[in-house]
Amino acid sequence: MCGSDKKLGEIRALILVGGYGTRLRPLTLSRPKPLVEFANKPILMHQIEALVEAGVTQVILAVSYRADDMEKELTEQVSKLGVSLTFSHETEPLGTAGPLALARDLLATSPEPFFVLNSDVICDFPFKELAKYHKSHGKEGTIVVTKVEEPSKYGVVVYKEDGQIERFIEKPQEFISNKINAGMYILNPSVLSRIELRPMSIEKEVFPFMALDGQLYAMELQGFWMDVGQPKDFLTGMCLYLNSLRQKNSDKLHDGAGVVGNVLIDPTATIGKGCRIGPNVTIGPNVVIEDGACIKRSTILRGACVRQHAWLDGCIVGWRSVVGRWVRMENCTVLGEDVIVKDELYINGGQVLPHKSIALSVPEPQIIM
Amino acid sequence: MLKAVILIGGPQKGTRFRPLSLDTPKPLFPIAGLPLIQHHIAACVKLEECKEILIIGSYTTTHMTQFVTDMQKEYHVIIRYLQEFTALGTGGGLYHFRDQVRAGNPSAFFLLNGDVCADFPLKELWTFHDERPNALVTIMGTEATRQQSIHYGCMVSEASTKAVTHYVEKPNSYVSTLINCGVYVCSLQVFHTMAEAFQKKQDGYYSASGQNGSHPGYMSWEQDVLAPLAGTNKLFAMQVNNWWSQVKTAGSTIYANRHYLELNRQKQIDPPCQILPDVFLHPTAVIDSTAVIGPNVSIGAGVIVKAGVRIKESIILNNATINEHALVMYSIIGQDVSVGEWSRVEGTPSDPDPDKPFAKMDNQPLFNTDGRLNPSITILGAGVVVPGETILLNSIVLPHKLLTRSFKHEIIL
Repeated sequence: MCGSDKKLGEIRALILVGGYGTRLRPLTLSRPKPLVEFANKPILMHQIEALVEAGVTQVILAVSYRADDMEKELTEQVSKLGVSLTFSHETEPLGTAGPLALARDLLATSPEPFFVLNSDVICDFPFKELAKYHKSHGKEGTIVVTKVEEPSKYGVVVYKEDGQIERFIEKPQEFISNKINAGMYILNPSVLSRIELRPMSIEKEVFPFMALDGQLYAMELQGFWMDVGQPKDFLTGMCLYLNSLRQKNSDKLHDGAGVVGNVLIDPTATIGKGCRIGPNVTIGPNVVIEDGACIKRSTILRGACVRQHAWLDGCIVGWRSVVGRWVRMENCTVLGEDVIVKDELYINGGQVLPHKSIALSVPEPQIIM
Repeated sequence: MLKAVILIGGPQKGTRFRPLSLDTPKPLFPIAGLPLIQHHIAACVKLEECKEILIIGSYTTTHMTQFVTDMQKEYHVIIRYLQEFTALGTGGGLYHFRDQVRAGNPSAFFLLNGDVCADFPLKELWTFHDERPNALVTIMGTEATRQQSIHYGCMVSEASTKAVTHYVEKPNSYVSTLINCGVYVCSLQVFHTMAEAFQKKQDGYYSASGQNGSHPGYMSWEQDVLAPLAGTNKLFAMQVNNWWSQVKTAGSTIYANRHYLELNRQKQIDPPCQILPDVFLHPTAVIDSTAVIGPNVSIGAGVIVKAGVRIKESIILNNATINEHALVMYSIIGQDVSVGEWSRVEGTPSDPDPDKPFAKMDNQPLFNTDGRLNPSITILGAGVVVPGETILLNSIVLPHKLLTRSFKHEIIL
């Protein structure tokens, strides 16, 4: 028993962090995307914790830029979990497959399969089941697939009843399948022989050939899934995540007067009198919500302040930002770090860059430099 | 002895004031807490010599009786409403009731358009007129910009005597920046001139066998009386620099409200909440102590303002309710309206350009040349219900509409 646990413990994981996270700007102008808090925890920590849960002891982060702060902060947080963190730096962006070739030495040290995942994915991570299923069919790779409502926007996966993938179809015009690649895989080290050290797409240049060889299987994800790489999806993902928390672990969610639906509030945050918070709100550490504010479907990041009688729906309020009294913000408004929105303004879909003071309303969606 | 005549027109006029005029006749629309023409009356009664105020218009007496009774009680002068049997124009009504004006043989009478707002300098105007024995009419004039002047009556006056040498109503091209404010002093002899003008109109009417449309009694004060008097040394203009504005569109009421509040400024004793001056609060309004009100807000009788409400640059009419945490700015909230909690009712100010000296209200039409709604103040007609957490931006809502969502740049029938 002890022996098999140890063996599982040798599993490694590679997370494709990639570039600057431009899609999540203006937040990522202040903080690398993996460190942006999703439901009060850096996005990457959701994944690393789930990997650790599944027995992973070495995590390799494939990054295409240097961010010493991120490396220091992540190494610190991750060491508490008893897992080692290695950074694999790309000198040029290598796509979704190239980073595996770059980390070949790390990944090929053991015959055990390794996990690969895209860094923007949030779901109920199924790593244990994935490893188990992968072992059971004995082929080179398994990818996690998830069901979507509108498959024509994605590449869909067609597979047999036993899970063996037949083909991939990019943006199908007619309905063929509603399963898409969820951005999580487990691969045997033998797959590395299919990958070259150059910019290469794992979805287009590796998986179709594995499928042709009958070496690729699909495992369907249970529960929610979201790529939270852009603000709109970040908020949708948060709603799904909070809902999932409610179903399995509701004591993390906040209850009490003025709280509606699923709401996550850091214990160091303060909430004023007569507020209405929720549904689907995350409030970070040291946040101050003053009296009479109403917040729905929003994330308020660390140290921000929402002043009296403000009304927020569908917003991300950046670190240490201040939302003035009687301000109305809606429609996917994102405030970068340390933004000040003056009293009584209306912000409709504004994307506000860090350290900006806003003194005029933004009635139509726009970027405020 | 002096008298005053206030011309208020009738319900077929003032359509640009809709939807506000759908509930209240425009002359009675409250500005800074008082019906529009009460400001005229208050200015008239300041002159001790003024013994009677005649209000002439074609509104039915049922609309005016209560107001006249209230005014009689408040001011100790004779105040009467004289209803024209049909709309007779700015001169026709006055001429029709000439005997009422002449009765008691006043030395002169003031003639005031009901749709102007001003710091009426009636005493100076009377002195100016009195000093010119051959003056039949003295017009209060003010300066406008070259572009805007053509929307008004334009005058040219002689520099030393101030006699008006040329008068043209709303010219097509630039004439003069000196414009007619719609505030006059008239000697009784003006009725002789009016009789001649009336006779001329009659001749024209009967020679055309009544085919030219308007009523034979119809007469324009500006076109049929003032314009011919120009250059006769009987018409004078006194130029003033005091604040003056017309109230044509609903949007101009917010601007007028600001100035009347400033003119009638009173120290707020024991304010019910945080007040940013100037603000008028009716004594029967119920205001929560956590609300913040002002600047430039008038709140009518029986209005309820709940906790955490913010109101600025707005007029709230009688018995409206503004619920918790709502924000109202650059808007007119009609009678019995309910604004839901955390809602935002917001308009766009349409004040005159502050960077242009002598600029007036633009009184823009509702729609621009592309057929789109011009940004204006937001107006909620009587009995409208705004649900909680919605936004109404630059919109006009006709009376008794129950809204169920947010609206921007729309007229909601």
